[in-house]
Amino acid sequence: MHVHRQERIWMTFGLAMLVIFLAVITTAAVVDGFVPPSHVQSIDPTKVAQTPPFDHPGLRKVADGAYEAYYVARIFSFTPASIEVPVGSRVTFYVTSADVEHGFSIPETGVNTMVTPGWVSQVSHTFKERGTFLLVCNEYCGSGHQMMAAKVEVK
Amino acid sequence: MVTTIAPSRGGDALEFSRANGDLLVLTHIYTSTLVLGIGALFGMLQGFSRANWIVMPAWFDYYRMLTAHGVLMALVFTTFFITGFFTYSVYHTIPRVRSTRLGWIGYCVMLVGTVMAAVAILDGSASVLYTFYAPLKASPLFYFGATLLVAGTWFVAADVFLNVAWFKKQHPNERIPLPAFIAACTLTMWIIATLGVVAEMGLLIPWSLGWTSGIDVGLTRMFFWYFGHPLVYFWIMAAYAIWYTVVPATFGGRIFSDGLTRLAFVMLLLLSTPVGLHHQFLDPGISAGWKWLHTVTTYGVIIPSFMTAFAIFATFELAARKAGRRGFIGVVRWLPWKNPVFAGPALGMILFIFGGFGGIVNNSYSMDVLVHNTMWIVGHFHITVGGPAALTFIGATYGLVPALTGRTLFAPRLALIQVYTWFVGMAIMSTSMHWAGLLGSPRRTADVSYFGAQGAATWHPQMVGAAVGGTIVALSVLMFIIVATGTFLTDRSAEVRPAFGFAATNEDALETPPVLDRLGRWGVLALALAVLAYAGPVTQQIQAHAYLAPGMRTW
Repeated sequence: MHVHRQERIWMTFGLAMLVIFLAVITTAAVVDGFVPPSHVQSIDPTKVAQTPPFDHPGLRKVADGAYEAYYVARIFSFTPASIEVPVGSRVTFYVTSADVEHGFSIPETGVNTMVTPGWVSQVSHTFKERGTFLLVCNEYCGSGHQMMAAKVEVK
Repeated sequence: MVTTIAPSRGGDALEFSRANGDLLVLTHIYTSTLVLGIGALFGMLQGFSRANWIVMPAWFDYYRMLTAHGVLMALVFTTFFITGFFTYSVYHTIPRVRSTRLGWIGYCVMLVGTVMAAVAILDGSASVLYTFYAPLKASPLFYFGATLLVAGTWFVAADVFLNVAWFKKQHPNERIPLPAFIAACTLTMWIIATLGVVAEMGLLIPWSLGWTSGIDVGLTRMFFWYFGHPLVYFWIMAAYAIWYTVVPATFGGRIFSDGLTRLAFVMLLLLSTPVGLHHQFLDPGISAGWKWLHTVTTYGVIIPSFMTAFAIFATFELAARKAGRRGFIGVVRWLPWKNPVFAGPALGMILFIFGGFGGIVNNSYSMDVLVHNTMWIVGHFHITVGGPAALTFIGATYGLVPALTGRTLFAPRLALIQVYTWFVGMAIMSTSMHWAGLLGSPRRTADVSYFGAQGAATWHPQMVGAAVGGTIVALSVLMFIIVATGTFLTDRSAEVRPAFGFAATNEDALETPPVLDRLGRWGVLALALAVLAYAGPVTQQIQAHAYLAPGMRTW
């Protein structure tokens, strides 16, 4: 089986690209911690309302400029519907679903995770700009899915 | 028109086998054409809904229509075309007096499954979208229908495997004819991939019947995407089959290399299944390490993709040089752009360049958070399955229908206009969708105005762009339906039966290492890779998670 010289060059180029992509991604993951949200923590989806901390969803201040926000996703709303944090705050979101699959996305911030019944999702973000951010469910969850949204106020 | 196909023209076995399979293949092709027409209408109305031009009525709401569109386009249109084309590939390259019974059983099982799923969707009891994520609970009819659609393809695959096995027994020292090899290789991949459907349905069907009270949501998602990504490669491998073996025949070219073509398909077989977690980058309950592993295996597809790109352009250049053309412009201008059988696939190749770029972004592990479940993804799969795959299948249909019926194409100019309008419409629609996705617009959402929220206002112009592009594509599909049904309904017998043949290779196929033809072995290796890639994540799901979710109907 003959492999043309030009094809060898082309395939070397392809392989080099592959190696470079993987090196960039792996370096970013290991050095800078750019890893997709992959929290492994299970929860009984039928008992979310009785399971701390999701029995009292909302914002908790853990230190200056550091917050934890506990959300319950349930057709077709998020609890809490609105939170307010000072500009520059680092917020770690913990989200779980009390019914079906949902999404949790704050467009143009990089906050984006699936919300799967039976699991707790976790994602962090530092809000560096003031404004009202829209938080949407970005996975189809039923007939009112297009209404499922909340707000994050950064003052 | 069926009567125009003689059951046998006497003569040799190849003629006989052709005549036998022609009606079967034609039925597959026309089924896929009809499904494409219905699916395109729904797609256009979705575009109108998201542009806020219309609101769908309650008796046929957006999500019911979206489910129908996704199932018809992703699972039905593609599957009927591909199984039909592979049946043709085998019947027309392996000379044998054969029974088409297995093929017909497969077709009928697929059709019954499709009708069952369609009834469930249309009556509103299965608005679960084509991914049917639990614990959304559709009626059992939907799950049974989807299972039968897949089961039918197994009969077609069995028919293909039996024919290839017969050939190898008769011709132990020869290579499997290339189009038949590609069919068998792709269907081997498909069998391994659909084991995911078997596993998932094993959980979903008893649950939908009320025999089990809860469902492990994470596990069903993992089984779905174990199947979901190879489904994409099923479309792409069928499109590649046509690019490698049929497209060169439209300009008298030769297949660049028999051995390298087989190698590319074997690599696609191996790299199709151990990759599905890249659809679940943002899922909780799966460790980041497993996701990284699937990133690596997914990028492996760069190798067969680069081989394919090289082979296709080399085929173009070698044929053009033979005709005395030189240089990039000279080669491009020489190609038969006025033949829709060439132009369809070729325009699809252009779209696929951008589809490939987008795919690299989607698979980029951490970068995926910027695009996951946004309109970017919708733009991506419309410029892949809706671009290279669909345009290639449409172009091939323009070649297959005349060859199978012995008639000339009805309105060939309209067919040519059709492939170009599809290209333009899809480019506009997909660009708008990608852009909206970068701005954060969510996919699978009936209305993205969010009561006039500030952040959502920026998405509207792109949604209008997508609706305009979608309208152009829908008009293009209408032209396709006119040409396809016109050829069916009008009597335009050709003097010479139009050919839809496969190109010959540049080299002697006997130079190809025989090991590449050992599809059984490659299949076992592919299965082993899939098991290796999934053993860890599946074990993690089962061990870490004891909670089951009750089913719900939230629509």
